[in-house]
Amino acid sequence: MFQSLSERLSGVLDKLTRRGSLSEADVTEAMREVRRALLEADVALEVVKDFTDKVKAKAVGQNVIKSVSPGQMVIKIVNDELVAMLGSDAAPIDLVATPPVAILMVGLQGSGKTTTTAKIAYRLTNRDKKRVLMASLDTRRPAAQEQLRVLGEQTQVETLPIIAGQQPLAIASRAMEAARLGGFDVILLDTAGRTTIDEALMAEVAAIKTATNPHETLLVADALTGQDAVNTAKAFESRLGVTGIVLTRVDGDGRGGAALSMRAVTGRPIKLIGVGEKWDALEDFHPDRIANRILGMGDIVSLVEKAAANIDADQAAKMAAKMQKGGFDLQDLADQIKQMEKLGGMGGIMGMMPGVAKMKSAMASMPDGEKMLKRQHAIIMSMTTKERRLPKILDGKRKRRIAAGSGTKVEEVNKLLKQHRDMADMMKAMGKNKGLMGKMAGMMGLGGPSAGMGGPPGGGSLPAGITPEMLEQLKKGEMPKGMPQMPSSGGMPKLPGLGGGGLPGLGGARFPGLPGLPAKKK
Amino acid sequence: MTETPKKSGIMGRLFGRGTATPVVEAPTPVPQAHATEVAVAAAEPRKNWLQRLTSGLAKTSAKLTEGITGIFTKRKLDAETLAELEDVLIQADLGIETATRITAALAKNRLDKSISPEEVRAVLAAEVEKVLTPVARPLIVNGNHKPHVIMVVGVNGGGKTTTIGKLASRYRAEGRSVTIAAGDTFRAAAIDQLKVWGERTGAKVVSGKVGADASGLAFDAFKQARENGSDILIIDTAGRLQNKQALMDELEKVIRVTRKLDPAAPHDVLLVLDATTGQNALNQVEVFRERAGVTGLVMTKLDGTARGGILVAIAAKYGLPVHAVGVGEGIDDLAAFDPGEFARTIAQL
Repeated sequence: MFQSLSERLSGVLDKLTRRGSLSEADVTEAMREVRRALLEADVALEVVKDFTDKVKAKAVGQNVIKSVSPGQMVIKIVNDELVAMLGSDAAPIDLVATPPVAILMVGLQGSGKTTTTAKIAYRLTNRDKKRVLMASLDTRRPAAQEQLRVLGEQTQVETLPIIAGQQPLAIASRAMEAARLGGFDVILLDTAGRTTIDEALMAEVAAIKTATNPHETLLVADALTGQDAVNTAKAFESRLGVTGIVLTRVDGDGRGGAALSMRAVTGRPIKLIGVGEKWDALEDFHPDRIANRILGMGDIVSLVEKAAANIDADQAAKMAAKMQKGGFDLQDLADQIKQMEKLGGMGGIMGMMPGVAKMKSAMASMPDGEKMLKRQHAIIMSMTTKERRLPKILDGKRKRRIAAGSGTKVEEVNKLLKQHRDMADMMKAMGKNKGLMGKMAGMMGLGGPSAGMGGPPGGGSLPAGITPEMLEQLKKGEMPKGMPQMPSSGGMPKLPGLGGGGLPGLGGARFPGLPGLPAKKK
Repeated sequence: MTETPKKSGIMGRLFGRGTATPVVEAPTPVPQAHATEVAVAAAEPRKNWLQRLTSGLAKTSAKLTEGITGIFTKRKLDAETLAELEDVLIQADLGIETATRITAALAKNRLDKSISPEEVRAVLAAEVEKVLTPVARPLIVNGNHKPHVIMVVGVNGGGKTTTIGKLASRYRAEGRSVTIAAGDTFRAAAIDQLKVWGERTGAKVVSGKVGADASGLAFDAFKQARENGSDILIIDTAGRLQNKQALMDELEKVIRVTRKLDPAAPHDVLLVLDATTGQNALNQVEVFRERAGVTGLVMTKLDGTARGGILVAIAAKYGLPVHAVGVGEGIDDLAAFDPGEFARTIAQL
């Protein structure tokens, strides 16, 4: 869901982060692009307008223009507005009421009401251990009641026996009665699909609602819906007062604009999303996570949390001290590789990193990034302690032995050594430049957990004092390939929100472990 | 189709409403009409599809018209105005590209000149009609093939089965014999649904078991249609999202198998598009055309608030014929696609 929107937006916002300062015109231009991206993702126009207006109003303020990293401020504003638009907390189906709890399913024709009814029944039965009864009030479409009956058999959920010729309202009363007498916890009422302008049918469903007094009235809507999503949502909301939205066919498309539109115009939460043809292909909707993904900002919060849980703070501090002295040896490199693996390896980290939408293709082209880290680790593990401390002593003979011991080739050993040298040089260079060093140390979270790991979950923003330009200089200056190589090397796109490449919250354990990847790509 | 007298009546009403006092009175009649509609609905619950279509479209188009009228009454045609007009088109689901193209055509020779709301609507309608006219082509069953095989494909919930029911009814009314292959062996009760349509229309329905191989069933139905001398065989297929590789493979297999009996089959492959669908419809056309060799389109659910403007974008990009539109759940709620009317309804002219 939202992949295409994510790609577009991260592209737009990426441009902003590359700039040191932003003018109002830059923001306006970016918002034009954002608007286009949202419209192409089928977000309703009125919702798009409202969104871009809000972002612009906040972004064009003095704060942003003068802030150290304006691009990232804008990203944060967009992110915050997205979260506001989608709502922040997941809203599951509410069953806290006197049983039998009635759930009324409404929607347009073909939106997936009956299938969704069966999926919800399946979930409530199997996951929540509820006794569920399903009843179809669809007397219009041929065999619709039969369809639900069959689905009941397939999901092993009871259905109300069909009485031919009975009208929807009468079926609803019978269903409620049966649920009461039968001691059911939940009664799911599937209704016929209807267009919102069919007044007779809307009146009918309103009457059913009055008669059954459902605890939840769920609007089932197709995720592929275009601009009409607002009309549908508004009409059902104003006529019936829905309590939540279920989006179906979310697996059909990377747009998902209907989700944004419907939530925005009704203020009702999206409770569930249908993601496949199987019975359990029904998921809770987590708006906060989704907002992060849309923006390609990734699950920075999760990454930070995970890092905090897995990285040994003492070790990080020791490493930092070593780096400052320029004494970064192969053992340190090995430790870093291990730490990366703890974080879920390359795939795990990449998956949580911003800009991942764009990076997925890059990842696909280097499927053995993970393997590569393992091999590098193996190479170092095949060295003696002395060799790890003093790589200089490694001659051809030793290298051959290490290669044989780690199941690699001498070239690979050489490559690793070269990378280590580059990194060590970089560390030394940082050590020489005291002024920069302090800032870099701050950026890399050397100040301990409070500086890095406890950072704001909005993530991505560089600490004060470091601008993208400075990082740019670092790249161009005596700073060799090591760290800056990753963002600038071919194919690997620059991470939006990361400036030159500082992963918040990872302490010292970030790029030093990574250089193997870009090198491989060449 | 052949409802010329009715149609002119509607157009008359639309014209009447449009020309009399477009700006001032437009908002007031709506609630009134709404109120009377409720009363009428209570007294006489069934309206014919044209009435329903018109009342539905009238409401939504009123919004569109208000928008356009609001933009142009007092203004010159400048860049800002064009951007607003583009927005109005986007709201009708035409998509950014098509909306931009139409506003560009509008701007041609008219930039910075005063333009009346009526003129704008005329240009809008003309532009939309220009795109749609070449694709308005009925489905022709000429009897060269016996049976003439029509396969119906599309995503889930688009209205394939209902459309097949309506098509069968139409061909039966023309005195042709029809066999339907209940090829949606996946969805529960899809076969039963089709059997009901068979009873309603007098078409033969060939069905297998739920979960049976769809291509095998299509093959059997084809053979039976030949044996019973049917003029037309309509093959229903299970709804599938176009991004599901395995399901699209299955669809290709159905086609391959029917070709064993007639290398030219299926003679028509209809893609059913839901009018509420947004930009994804373009991708549906692209993929189903490539994988299933779609030859024509049917747009369903035009009786709701959705305007189906994506059809304009599809017509511009793919030029596939639009054979019919669905305007309700009734057996006769399948109308010929009339580009002029479609365009005028969008422009509310």
